[in-house]
Amino acid sequence: MIDPSTGMDGVRDVLVRDGRIETIARGVAGPEGIPRIDARGLVVAPGLIDVHVHLREPGAEHKETIRTGARSAAAGGFTTIWAMPNTDPPLDDPAAVGFVREEARRWARKGEGGARVSPVAAASLGLAGRQMTEIGGLVEAGAVAVTDDGHPIHDPALMRRLLEYTQSFGIPVLQHAEDTALSAGGVMNEGAVATALGLRGIPNASEATVVARDIYLAELTGGHVHVQHVSTREAVELIRLARERGVRVSGEASPHHIALTEEAVRGYRTEAKMNPPLRSEADRLAVRQGLIDGVLECVATDHAPHHYEEKEREFDDAPFGIVGLETALAVCIGELVTPGDLALFDLIERMSTAPARLMGIEGGTLRPGSRADLVLFDPEEVWTIDPANFRSKSRNTPFSEWEVTGRVKRTVVGGETRYEAGG
Amino acid sequence: MTAQGRELGLGKDLIGLESLTGEQIEAILDTAEPFKEISERKIKKVPVLRGQTIVNLFLEPSTRTRISFEFAEKRLSADTVNISSVGSSVQKGETLVDTARNLEAMRIHMVVVRHGSSGAAKFLADRIPSNVINAGDGQHEHPTQALLDLLTIRDRFGAIAGRRVCIVGDILHSRVARSNIWGLLKCGAEVAVCGPRTLIPAGIEELGVRRLHSIEEAIEWCDVLYVLRLQLERMEGGYVPSLREYNRVFGVSSERLGHAGDGMIVLHPGPMNRGVEIDSDVADGPRSVILPQVTNGVAVRMAVLYLLAGGRPELAEDAKAART
Repeated sequence: MIDPSTGMDGVRDVLVRDGRIETIARGVAGPEGIPRIDARGLVVAPGLIDVHVHLREPGAEHKETIRTGARSAAAGGFTTIWAMPNTDPPLDDPAAVGFVREEARRWARKGEGGARVSPVAAASLGLAGRQMTEIGGLVEAGAVAVTDDGHPIHDPALMRRLLEYTQSFGIPVLQHAEDTALSAGGVMNEGAVATALGLRGIPNASEATVVARDIYLAELTGGHVHVQHVSTREAVELIRLARERGVRVSGEASPHHIALTEEAVRGYRTEAKMNPPLRSEADRLAVRQGLIDGVLECVATDHAPHHYEEKEREFDDAPFGIVGLETALAVCIGELVTPGDLALFDLIERMSTAPARLMGIEGGTLRPGSRADLVLFDPEEVWTIDPANFRSKSRNTPFSEWEVTGRVKRTVVGGETRYEAGG
Repeated sequence: MTAQGRELGLGKDLIGLESLTGEQIEAILDTAEPFKEISERKIKKVPVLRGQTIVNLFLEPSTRTRISFEFAEKRLSADTVNISSVGSSVQKGETLVDTARNLEAMRIHMVVVRHGSSGAAKFLADRIPSNVINAGDGQHEHPTQALLDLLTIRDRFGAIAGRRVCIVGDILHSRVARSNIWGLLKCGAEVAVCGPRTLIPAGIEELGVRRLHSIEEAIEWCDVLYVLRLQLERMEGGYVPSLREYNRVFGVSSERLGHAGDGMIVLHPGPMNRGVEIDSDVADGPRSVILPQVTNGVAVRMAVLYLLAGGRPELAEDAKAART
């Protein structure tokens, strides 16, 4: 049993009653009427939390729905996921935010639930980057943060106001950091590989310049800016320096930016097309080190489902994004734990305890009294990723046929098993 | 005929020169030699590809390349069909994968494809068993253009190895530049690029070329000056301030050529913007081999069609001698 929130790492029994953790100890005698789960050989940890997921509903239900996305998340060991607002219509009013939350609960009541779904609201109306949304009402409806993800927040004055206004609600502003004037037309990382393939490049500076600006705005306002999917060494360095002087800036690393580089695009592989793009080896190593050092506090998948026929296109025309929920834990174990650069205990911290603490939400802990959100996984099972077995509606992954280590066996949300391997 | 290009190991398709060896490229040029003569005959037709059906799928405007391929196909007696994006199912929103499947369902032998997206030729080749010849995909490659350029250089100098070739202009958006860089390097030439920094792509040196900073330096250095067309839309993109400015800084004029070595030649893939990247007295002058390039284009394309159809390089002479 691993619990980074208390520093526990050892053999324990856990007693769950009424959806909450009651006791954690050695040799707990289970009371009558409570089923026992034998977890010998498995790791029991606080359920994983992913603060960056696209569920596509409403508007693109052919790619994913709230139901399939939440179930995909549970299959990956996640007990809480944050749904991005770039749906159609976008989550820019309380009704839309409420719909996402209620839809997830509705499926859970019907016995088809997955991870908890927390909606993230749009920062600006229509994600248009001009007028701030009614953040107070959105928070009341269940929003846990704001972002225009998919679109960056360009206008520095709007960003300033957001970083000020959100402080009333204690929520962060999540930023997709990209200067779209610099990245215009780009479909992959700028550099020799793009040049050889004849594809338009996206320079590192398109991310770094926005991160730098947002850091100064966070410093000015005291607000919390969270940089999504950090992909460049420059952004890692900027965040490191800013945190050293106490700025409230945080960042997330995606498994694909830790595991892959621009080389994966060769052959015009659209399953390696995402935004921000896979970068150079130097960038990959910097993002990886940033996560190990804790400069980037958490792992987030940027799970971005697309229908196969949308990806089966000319590279320029294929949409950005890959699915990630069902491969994240194993890919991170393989890239970080297996080589000995991050203890499994610390990886669980980055994927559960840290995002909960960072975003000020419940979860990421096994303390008695907390919600019984748990993941049980075999840290040593070797398996081959086969997208045909995904719970997600979509199959767009660059990790197809990878042999990986570490497999989720059971995911428990509020004391209820929402995923069981082979079940 | 044997299986597709087996003797040379070209594989099913010609997507680019990046994946070929210098020996393979030289062998294609050798195969083009005997085909040159066909175009000089009174009756320009041999039965080399009789019974072969070829689709020319041009989903981006092209005049020179399309006509050159068509002549090459017709002079080898192939049956050809032309498809362009305007007025076809592509304009009605058909995806490339559906276009490919439909072509395949008609049991064709070869597809010559021109497409605006990099990687489109490979995309097609991966999905159909027919031979696919890339006639230009986005900003990726235009292998038959580079082959005809290489043939033209070889005609003039006897060999490509050891020659210094400088490609001038919009390297960033040019598939011709990329194919030439691969082809020239593999055949042993030294390659440089020259142009406004806004039009030189990132990491170009990693491909094995050097960067020259001024047109004067380029002209003094090279044996072959390869002048690229400046697309007029590059001005709107903000890459160069004006055509006049481009001509002032990078235009190839006879005055600038005064510093060139004796045997230096000038190539251009066409169509030219006279007075922008190249002045008329250079285009029409003694160093220009621009029209021989066009003539070689037909021979090179005949050679590629012949080889992908399973022809053997050493039998090309006999093949074309067969009676119609």
